[in-house]
Amino acid sequence: MGNPILQPSHFAAVVLFALFASTVFGITMRETPRNMFRYGIYCFVLFVAAAIALSWLMYFIAR
Amino acid sequence: MRYSQKGMATEENKKTPTNSGSQEGFVYLPLIAGWLVPGGGHFLLRKWGRGALLAASILGMFVLGLAMQGKVYAGAHDILDILGLAGDLGNGLPYVISRMLGLGDVQVQVTTADYGTRFIVVAGLLNIIAAVDAHNLRTGRKS
Repeated sequence: MGNPILQPSHFAAVVLFALFASTVFGITMRETPRNMFRYGIYCFVLFVAAAIALSWLMYFIAR
Repeated sequence: MRYSQKGMATEENKKTPTNSGSQEGFVYLPLIAGWLVPGGGHFLLRKWGRGALLAASILGMFVLGLAMQGKVYAGAHDILDILGLAGDLGNGLPYVISRMLGLGDVQVQVTTADYGTRFIVVAGLLNIIAAVDAHNLRTGRKS
């Protein structure tokens, strides 16, 4: 088995995941384009902020 | 009456939105098309922009998952495998094609491959949400 073609860092994986998931959430959960965009941004920020907050929490728990 | 019945499940509020013409034909077609081809349900309803964004997001996530050497579930041996397989099946035709080409038939050995496996499962779950959204557009529940 060779190496993976794509080897993102943990944070890059989180950002990619948040980007794709928030795009789908924005389109499917709201009706107007403006609200879709706003909800997509909201989900993206929440995904990334939650990942950063939980990472720091785990960092302090592990010490 | 001491409170408003607006939004409650009263007979008046139970009336479905009248969207004449939207109930003609096979109403589950966008749901099935959306499941088989990511964004396909929206394309069928001529929602080109939404369909393109959904297809790019779901297929992008699926392809990135494969590029990270994520595992595509082929069978189920325990409860976690069953859940993974259910998520993967949500991808529709991309799942079938990847199985036919032998993509994702790997043992997860590195952390990146574990991320990839989750990307593939979540792509399937997002595709199910998108297909249900197409069905809601078709029935007039959403505009």
